Amino acid sequence: MSLSATNEDHAPRAGFASRTAGFFRRYPEAFAALLIVVLCVAVGLLNPAFWQLANLFDILRASVVRGLFALGVLMVLAAGGLDVSFSAIAALVMYAVTKAVTLFAPDMGMLSIFIMSAVGGALLGAINGLLVNTLKAPSLIVTIGTQYAYRGFLLTFIGTALFMNIPPAMDAFGQWSLMSRTAENGFTVQLPGFVLVLAVAALATWAMLRFTLIGRAVYAIGGRPDIAERLGYRVSSVQLFVFAWAGMLAGIAGIIHVSSNRLANPFDLAGIELSVISAVILGGARITGGSGSVLGTLLGVVLITLVNNVLILIGIPSSWQTAILGLFILCAGVFFVLQKRAG
Amino acid sequence: MDRQFDGQLGFLASVNVLILVAALMFVGGSFINLFNFQSMGAQVPELGLLSLGVMLAMISGNGGIDLSGIALANLSGVVAVLLVPFVVSPEAAPSAYTFSFALVALSTGLVGGMVNGVLVGYAGLTPIIATLGTQLLFTGIAVGLTGGSARTLGYIVPMDDFGNMPFWGIPLPFALFVAVAAIIAVVLRFSSFGKRLFLLGSNPTAAFFAGIPVRRMLFHTYTLAGVLASIAGFIIAARTSSVKWDYGTSYVLVAILVVVMAGVRPAGGYGRVICVVLSAIALQMLSSLFNFMNISNFFRDCAWGVLLLLFLASARIDLTPYRRVRS
Repeated sequence: MSLSATNEDHAPRAGFASRTAGFFRRYPEAFAALLIVVLCVAVGLLNPAFWQLANLFDILRASVVRGLFALGVLMVLAAGGLDVSFSAIAALVMYAVTKAVTLFAPDMGMLSIFIMSAVGGALLGAINGLLVNTLKAPSLIVTIGTQYAYRGFLLTFIGTALFMNIPPAMDAFGQWSLMSRTAENGFTVQLPGFVLVLAVAALATWAMLRFTLIGRAVYAIGGRPDIAERLGYRVSSVQLFVFAWAGMLAGIAGIIHVSSNRLANPFDLAGIELSVISAVILGGARITGGSGSVLGTLLGVVLITLVNNVLILIGIPSSWQTAILGLFILCAGVFFVLQKRAG
Repeated sequence: MDRQFDGQLGFLASVNVLILVAALMFVGGSFINLFNFQSMGAQVPELGLLSLGVMLAMISGNGGIDLSGIALANLSGVVAVLLVPFVVSPEAAPSAYTFSFALVALSTGLVGGMVNGVLVGYAGLTPIIATLGTQLLFTGIAVGLTGGSARTLGYIVPMDDFGNMPFWGIPLPFALFVAVAAIIAVVLRFSSFGKRLFLLGSNPTAAFFAGIPVRRMLFHTYTLAGVLASIAGFIIAARTSSVKWDYGTSYVLVAILVVVMAGVRPAGGYGRVICVVLSAIALQMLSSLFNFMNISNFFRDCAWGVLLLLFLASARIDLTPYRRVRS
């Protein structure tokens, strides 16, 4: 820190600004990381109770479902699209799968439940992809349509009642804990096992984007679709793939949501879309496509979870959270635009 | 230029007639009576004004969209409810109260729209991100100011009359909506602003080299959308005598549905006010019809989603060759 300060004294001011801009352009994740550090230090100074392992567990637990959604949104954003239907897919899959398993195969194993929900989610996501391809309309508008169609379908034809007695395999999975800690206020907080699912999903998404041909195709199509097409990438198949991937992650997220809450509520998860998209944007993905990283997305998710969970600790009432979230998005948007101009 | 759209206009008019015929068949006379028309007429303006805002943003091109409309409408109402009693007492001077209420609401909309305009026009943010952020911001401010609860206005005669008392059989909000829509139609059609807006939407590069001040145009467009949203906010407050941050959250979708159904091109450069008005009326009638037939709200949401996709599909399949033949 002090080293860079002395360097700045010697270099002209414009040089420092452009170097900072260059740094953030190369590592857009750093923006979210910086905000996280600032937030943590500020909260920690105002309320030392923040620094305890139990709090970290809480934040991790709360990040899992949003993190899975965000990884899916990252894929779609990187390919130049936008998906807002993932919450409806998750709700539809979680409720339909829980209901089907309870009614027809109550002692089904956790792995088969996950496979069922992943396949179901991927199919619904593939419908999104097909529609975006054939309608040639902005994917935001298409997925707003499918969001309402999926959720309306769920509530009209599958059911609206709460489901309290979820299958034993899911219940056990939700209770599975890696570690437990007793917080200062006497509550025992556990690090749930399903955090591992997020870790696996993040690794898989990262490896795919980094090492496989389809991963390169995603960035190519998001960056310059016309050139990517001339290079021989099939835009339609790649789009189908990213939407199916997002749907699959959404399906898995839905099952985890049910397992950890121990009930299936078809009205759940509505309205989470904007905060997930914000997380991905804060993590440095450009809405115009062609960029974004798994690490940045995860940082963005942690940042959003922090805003939701810790502002209360420093006496900011929860009713102002939404406004602060909005401000963060606008700041991130302006910040990324300005640094693009500066460079 | 407008002859190209006659197909869309005729189509929307026939959709309206079709819904009326269907209503007569399924529901009968109670749908067609004056009272039901008045209640539908009082509900159309909110949706219609928000749709006009979305339409303006979409026409301006470059992925233009305004997702913050209903949030800004609710925020305008909330700000006015909280602020105006400090200036004018609602009991002592109801007319002055109503006037100041409208003034404060409109100013809030103006400021909110200007925020959108600065972000999209001058800062150069993508409209989706900018209006997504301001949607959260406006909603968040409304939640923060009210603590999340609804605020009631009480019974204020001139305002309540405006919202709920038809004048010569016509609900006043509807009359206001038609007037505003007419003004926007005239502006788009005859003013240089309108001509430049269409050019900007159909080809931003050409517009830039033609010397059109792109940034200022975008700024004005989003500001206007904000003002329209706040008019909707005033109508909502007058009609329901209360304001709440989460009133009509589904309008975000439905306004886009109206605009897409009206044949406005999501890529920018095309759109007609009269089509938006007709398509808002059609959706309102369909919604009432569902109510009369005791169809659940959930199915209605499902139907809106499917309808949106169908209209996107129809715009893709039918109209392109049709337009080519006509021009």
